[in-house]
Amino acid sequence: MVNAERSGTAAEPDGTADARRRARQAAAAVTDPELPMLTLADLGVLREVEADGEGGAVVAITPTYSGCPAIGAIRADLDSALRAAGFARVEVRTVLYPPWSTDMITERGRRLLAEHGVSPPGPAPRSDGPMPLSLTPRRREAHCPRCGSHTAELTSEFGSTACKALYRCTSCAEPFEHMKEI
Amino acid sequence: MTRSPAAEPNEESVYAGLVDVDGDASQWAFGAGFDDPLAGVDTTVPAGLDRTDLAAYCLMLGDDALVLAQRLAEWCSRAPELEEDVALANISLDLLGQARLLLARAAAADPRSVPELPPDSPVPAEDALALFRDPGGFRNVALAEIPNGDFAQSSLRLLLFSVWRLALLERLRASADPVLAAVAAKGVAEVAYHRDYAARWTVTLARGTAESRRRTRAGAEAVWPHAAELFAADPVELRMAGAKAGVSPEEVRPACEEVLEEVLAAADLPRPDLAAPTRVRGRAGEHTPALAALLAEMQSLAREHPRGTW
Repeated sequence: MVNAERSGTAAEPDGTADARRRARQAAAAVTDPELPMLTLADLGVLREVEADGEGGAVVAITPTYSGCPAIGAIRADLDSALRAAGFARVEVRTVLYPPWSTDMITERGRRLLAEHGVSPPGPAPRSDGPMPLSLTPRRREAHCPRCGSHTAELTSEFGSTACKALYRCTSCAEPFEHMKEI
Repeated sequence: MTRSPAAEPNEESVYAGLVDVDGDASQWAFGAGFDDPLAGVDTTVPAGLDRTDLAAYCLMLGDDALVLAQRLAEWCSRAPELEEDVALANISLDLLGQARLLLARAAAADPRSVPELPPDSPVPAEDALALFRDPGGFRNVALAEIPNGDFAQSSLRLLLFSVWRLALLERLRASADPVLAAVAAKGVAEVAYHRDYAARWTVTLARGTAESRRRTRAGAEAVWPHAAELFAADPVELRMAGAKAGVSPEEVRPACEEVLEEVLAAADLPRPDLAAPTRVRGRAGEHTPALAALLAEMQSLAREHPRGTW
């Protein structure tokens, strides 16, 4: 790839700022394997990207759910993308705290979810104390991504992946997925 | 009715995107060194914390999650409706993820907790713990291991288990071990969904038909005798609570009673006696015969191929 040799800032060795910029760009463009319309940056799982000017890059990511099977694929994809961007030594670190929340999905990410037929999440429940029990389906704003109707009924809190609930639009009768608040 | 035409030979295969044309093997995440759940996490044991106790405590919480994850996975393809099949598999996956983090935490805190395998064994520590310990080495409560029974009985077990686990995890968010605290903070949001799911089914089934009510009451008779064990403290749990890294299960009893009261009142079901004498002490490695059968199935593949990489 074309490598623009630019000098770094005064405090950094030559090339560090440029390397960091390239590493961030490469890492932020990697897409989620289960929500391929979103980049890792849109999804909010990319915590930190660092690079030195000598071919080393370190990426910190946070898993969505404890058991999310996509995390291994995400790590491999990041490794592959950064190598393709010219980094010979790539380290992908896991960060567990603070835990990922759907509140970390960017505005662009929410728009892309809706455009691709997934109803974006509302604000996540936050509690430092006991989580409130809910004997009836959680009230949430689930808009049908096909007809825009606000009337939808919950089919199941658990969908095709850990992060999604299943709804059915009562207006156009189509089923759709809602990214559930966590 | 017209049939859709066969795909043109030159049409791009829908599977094409699954294969990396550059032949980069790193896309195959598993077995490529990318699946350590604590990769890059600082696993230093905080000063003043006993690493043997920390490892034993993480095994207890990890084994609870692992064994129930296996039981829930038994529902796969057998649940009453496809949606429940998917829901139970998702809950199982959440618990499996928690178990992996906790077993990896145990192994990192005290490598002596991991069963010894040949030095060139490819089996990672979390797998060695899950797949190469015998029943006596497991520290889960009996509630996690008892057979599923029917859907009503499984719902009641999941209710009791998640009410209790949620109460523990809520408090463990303040653990003196930062790894345990982070695992708990993540687990709280997940187990809250599990608890609500089980609570709604408990009420629905108990107030459904005469048959569903009969089965739910029978389920309670099978599950409730294992409730008291959840609140009987083991010395490891007490020492960890004393070090502000764990929670004494006795401490969460009132909170659990309160939540169970709300659900069981709505369901009009008898309450379990949370203060009864316990029958089995899973925390000490005592188990019902059901655990050995469960592990025989869960561990058979790994034990037949101890050098297999997945």
